[in-house]
Amino acid sequence: MISNLINRKIFTLLKVQYSNMLEYRVEIALWAISGIIPFFMLNIWTNNNLNESINISDILLSRYFLCAFFVRQFSVVWVVFSFEEDSLMGKVSPYLIQPLNPFFRYFAQHLAEQITRFPFALIIAFFFFIFNPESIWIPNLFILILSIVSTFLSFLIQFLMQSIVACLCFWTEKASSIERLLFIPTLFLSGLLAPVVSFPVYVKSWIYLTPFPYLIDFPANLLSGNETNISAGLTMQILWILLLFPLFKKIWSKGTKKYTAMGS
Amino acid sequence: MAQNIIDVRNLSKSFDISSKEPGLKGTIKHFFRRQTKSLKVIKDISFEIKAGEIVGFLGANGAGKTTILKMLCGLIYPSEGSILVSGYLPFRRKENFLKNITLIMGQKQQLIWDLPPIESFYLNASIYDLNNVEAKRRIKKLSEMLEIDEELFIPVRKLSLGQRMKSELLAALIHEPNILFLDEPTLGLDINAQRNLRKFLQKYNKETNATICLTSHYMKDITSLCKRVICVHEGAISYDGELDSLLKKLSPVKEILIVCRSEEDAIKLENSGFTVKNKIKNEITLKIKNNSITSSLKTILNNFDIEDLFINEPPIDEVIGKVLIKKDYDI
Repeated sequence: MISNLINRKIFTLLKVQYSNMLEYRVEIALWAISGIIPFFMLNIWTNNNLNESINISDILLSRYFLCAFFVRQFSVVWVVFSFEEDSLMGKVSPYLIQPLNPFFRYFAQHLAEQITRFPFALIIAFFFFIFNPESIWIPNLFILILSIVSTFLSFLIQFLMQSIVACLCFWTEKASSIERLLFIPTLFLSGLLAPVVSFPVYVKSWIYLTPFPYLIDFPANLLSGNETNISAGLTMQILWILLLFPLFKKIWSKGTKKYTAMGS
Repeated sequence: MAQNIIDVRNLSKSFDISSKEPGLKGTIKHFFRRQTKSLKVIKDISFEIKAGEIVGFLGANGAGKTTILKMLCGLIYPSEGSILVSGYLPFRRKENFLKNITLIMGQKQQLIWDLPPIESFYLNASIYDLNNVEAKRRIKKLSEMLEIDEELFIPVRKLSLGQRMKSELLAALIHEPNILFLDEPTLGLDINAQRNLRKFLQKYNKETNATICLTSHYMKDITSLCKRVICVHEGAISYDGELDSLLKKLSPVKEILIVCRSEEDAIKLENSGFTVKNKIKNEITLKIKNNSITSSLKTILNNFDIEDLFINEPPIDEVIGKVLIKKDYDI
């Protein structure tokens, strides 16, 4: 019963946010195009034969970066910026006195944006295969489903990490500047610029203890068919979610007591 | 007798405010050593509000009216004291409490900017657990009361301020709350839109017996809606009681404009012992105490040749303005 009600709320939120996102379809197409960093990285890696040092073939590497592009498309998060703006403009106030945590709105916004992005991402993938026909492959259904689950878990980790930072808006108006601190490790350690396997062994062992390699590297390796420990990867993703969720709830509860409803 | 639906006891609220001296020196000092001080914006206030009452909160800018409303609806946490609204501690924001209240802030919107209001209404309906049939019924009823129809299907960004405010009201009332917190709901609206909004609130209060707490700088909002007012001065309550009593206390005299047949009559009246505000040719304005209006008028009509006569109440804005700058009214 309770889950039904929540589902109905989430479904309506999703429906409304999807309609809203369709109003911004051009912007979303541009956002999708702007996420082609992995293709630049692929170019750098293959032109310099860097893949030989990590024993990955050109084809597997190009599949990896295509999958990194896809995972990034469906796990990109900007909640800290939306919450910061809403908080400064006083828009959070009406949401706070509704019987639904405002973060569900942002969550639905992100999901709706991902749905809107999907066709544009497919078009980009289509052109990628035109230029790299040797990279075409069809993952088996089981791996595809696991990859979708893993990408969603990656999105959840990033959403929770940024939501925790967003809650710092209750203490400092510019929480987005704190998010910049997360941006650097996300960029370098997530596998967006280079597969984590390319890092020195002693660095890798530390990286795998952080949430970053599970944001892009793990789901991208899984989908592209590269060798990866599926159960360990999924377990780590779930563990990070289990760790971050109570932390978010705690900081949210403390933060709302500090809320001054400025701008309203 | 109606029960208290809002009970506030010894409520205080402090904010930490950082201050900065002007100029480069002040900026550098502020960067390295930020000075903050605690500012008490609400000072030990207590009051009760009965179910179905419409209460106006009056005060100058920064007096603390909005802060009180924000604490009553659970948006901000009180520093000291207690608040009970409909039996709940507002700040805990329990689901049943939230389903009972609404907060409307003039010029602040919850409607989704790029979509027609109807989308936001259905979204709010699902947030408040209303099924589609019930949501449709309430949207129809409220849109009839608010006299909006086609506007429901036009993107919010294309609506006028008045249409938007009506839609905001509909979105905020779709769950039929018992307690309405309205913070300057008529801000920026034209005269007709203001009047329609007031009419709607009166009707809503009459039909649902909802309690309404209202702040407004438009005196017409207060005089046409509120029997009771709470005046807030520098975070403390300076007056809590009937609006009529406050007006009588603040304006014990009425102004009477008398048009005499000739200027000689006006001069005679000027020298007859009444308090004269001003005299222009054959027109003379007298100030007469409320309790002697009848006898004074009788004397004037019997003894002077009068062409016309007007009794004026002092402008309400002027009267209320006195409240905003005074600390205490013990009536």
